[in-house]
Amino acid sequence: MKAAVIVFPGSNCDRDCKVAIERSTGASVDMVWHADTALPHGIDLIVLPGGFSYGDYLRCGAMAALSPIMNEVKLAADRGVATVGICNGFQVLCEAGMLPGALLRNEALKYVCKPVALEVTNAQTRFTAGYAGRREVTMTVGNGEGNFFADADTLARIEGEGQVVFRYQDNPNGSTNAIAGVVNARGNVLGLMPHPDRAFEAELGSADGAILFQSALASA
Amino acid sequence: MRAKVHVFLKPGVLDVQGKAVEAALHGLGWGHVEGVRVGKTIEFDLKGKDAAETEAEVKDMCEKLLANTVIESYRVEVA
Repeated sequence: MKAAVIVFPGSNCDRDCKVAIERSTGASVDMVWHADTALPHGIDLIVLPGGFSYGDYLRCGAMAALSPIMNEVKLAADRGVATVGICNGFQVLCEAGMLPGALLRNEALKYVCKPVALEVTNAQTRFTAGYAGRREVTMTVGNGEGNFFADADTLARIEGEGQVVFRYQDNPNGSTNAIAGVVNARGNVLGLMPHPDRAFEAELGSADGAILFQSALASA
Repeated sequence: MRAKVHVFLKPGVLDVQGKAVEAALHGLGWGHVEGVRVGKTIEFDLKGKDAAETEAEVKDMCEKLLANTVIESYRVEVA
């Protein structure tokens, strides 16, 4: 099993993601620079990490979405490769048009950083199968612009199609319908604001994030 | 030619920054202020034959980068 973590200028959870994936799955993890024009061969999982790519200039994730490597990420996702965007990575996937919606400034204008309880809204995805019916998991959020927004039609569609995967039990940032994570229509691209990479072993307060990486690779 | 692009969150999309500025203006005594929206202006020079063609080109830039049309609307001025 092999995973790739994309490193943008300003990513700051890239190392965390590498360690989290290695320790929770045993997969080897390649770090891939944003300016690269090819992904390593035989990748089973692509992770876009958290951080402040390009200093959040213009809009969070807007510049990173146009990085050379993103063409390859899109092609891989089109081939069905499991792709996860965490926090800033979620923003990048939305900006790249790979996921519906967008992330706005938090309702209370505050950066929120704390463990949050999440409802697993759809346990049938390739990313959540490992929760084996568990309805509540805990991960840590750390965001200033994590307020998920989608227009009414998009919202009705993603709710109806089971594309909402995680929901906050206690909405920390004003996200519409308390949405914390969504998948694309095909189900192989996941974006979430909470960090599974900050919740992959008990010492961190929760090991629930490990199951997400394990599920993603088990289904590859 | 000089292009000016004005980008704002769409009506109906919560502009928390606008709300905070509005509350601050109220605090300074301008209680009759309402509907504050905070946006951004992007200006640049570019070579172009005529205003209409250049405006179309700048609108293309807005669709591809300068605005996220999921949440933002934009207005282009070319002179």
